[in-house]
Amino acid sequence: MVSLSATAIAAVVGLPCGAGLAICRFPGRRALILLANACLGLPPVVVGLGLYLILSRSGPLGGLALLFTPGAMVIAQALLATPIVTALTHRAVEEPWQDYGGALRVDGASRLRSIGMLLAIARRSVVTAVLAGFGRTISEVGAVLIVGGNIAGYTRIMTTAIVLKTSEGDLGLALGLGCILIGISVAVSACAFVLWERR
Amino acid sequence: MMRFRQYFAIAFVVLLARGGIAAEQPLPQSIILASTTSVENSGLLAHILPAFTRETGITVHVLAQGTGQALETATRDDADLVLVHDPEAEQKFITAGDGIDRHQIAWNDFIVVGPRSDPAHISGTHDAVAALTAIASTKAPFVSRGDKSGTDALEHRLWRLAGIDPVAAGGGSWYRDIGGGMGAALNTAQAMNAYTISDRGTWLSFGNKGDLAVLVEGDPRLVNRYDVILLNPAKHPVPKQALAKRFAQWLLSPEGQAAIGAYKVDGEQLFHPSATAPR
Repeated sequence: MVSLSATAIAAVVGLPCGAGLAICRFPGRRALILLANACLGLPPVVVGLGLYLILSRSGPLGGLALLFTPGAMVIAQALLATPIVTALTHRAVEEPWQDYGGALRVDGASRLRSIGMLLAIARRSVVTAVLAGFGRTISEVGAVLIVGGNIAGYTRIMTTAIVLKTSEGDLGLALGLGCILIGISVAVSACAFVLWERR
Repeated sequence: MMRFRQYFAIAFVVLLARGGIAAEQPLPQSIILASTTSVENSGLLAHILPAFTRETGITVHVLAQGTGQALETATRDDADLVLVHDPEAEQKFITAGDGIDRHQIAWNDFIVVGPRSDPAHISGTHDAVAALTAIASTKAPFVSRGDKSGTDALEHRLWRLAGIDPVAAGGGSWYRDIGGGMGAALNTAQAMNAYTISDRGTWLSFGNKGDLAVLVEGDPRLVNRYDVILLNPAKHPVPKQALAKRFAQWLLSPEGQAAIGAYKVDGEQLFHPSATAPR
């Protein structure tokens, strides 16, 4: 659930940003594209540590009391997935914009409307972008362990439970959970693929 | 095209709504206990906490960290109380003005575990310092937690007593500092046929013992005491001090103590209530 929420946020932010970066021309655009691509390799533990210090009650956003809650985990994963969605969407929309951009402008389509159309045209690649973001969030353990705290029944998710069970020497259960996690991940990706490929 | 867009919109709205639920604040009656991996991984807290929650309606969220990290978490105001097991670090925490009201709630002991083949021939002795000396002199592999946990602190106290600096005496060749939790250390020792020091609680509930066995126990220097410490309101905001205090008092109450003593794995008692503690 945490992963799905984080992916949704990443998609809501990343899709328009990626498309916007492809079609709008403004100062600093190239820097933003570079940033999105550079952040593809953002190390989760570092994101977790940074977020921990910010959300800590003695940190700048401590008043929100978000540390060690599912909310903090969603933020961490969204931070990790957004650059992936943005960079891949940018890549996916760039080409159709070159092909159809002129036509869209002739039609008098607004920038906002153009973004919608382009995302629709490039939807297969866009789905891949969102799935890549989802893959990042569901497999991630370093950041959520730090900001979530792996509290039983509250902020314990599949990946952190696997870490815990491994450390308890309960390798069978850890492996079982791992299989379930892979199953979920594969099922979600397959569903999305089938759903969108049919169109 | 329209249908595509609608799906898009509906999917996002649904996902966002769920995200909103997931991001809700914790229940009003909850406290965060920064604790050690040994009390959490051994299953003790999972065993005793439901009784406390039933009685008081207070949910206890447990962070299983090493003692050093748990105290650091509390220092940053991110926990409401701590349950740890490193007397020296606790004393520093209290002297620095961060903690008050330290009480011992349970105890058990540390043990030296290692491969049954026992290359350093330490099996059966009751002298932990002599055992470490033998391990160092035979350069038998030894796994160190290296994570500033209570167990790690105990290990370093023993090396000091033995007058050996294990890092200088061989570094990575036989002394392997893994920087991980107790479970990770036991997994590593099992895989490398190495010696290590464990708390008894984690050892008894550990599921991947392989060829490892308890080789040294019963040294008075291996006593492992667990203390609960509240945060000092003079230095910390402590918005939930009353709830934290209630939990600390419950742990010390006859009911809490009975619950701690009643926890068993395979018929063996993991923690002894503090009333029976060796002073």
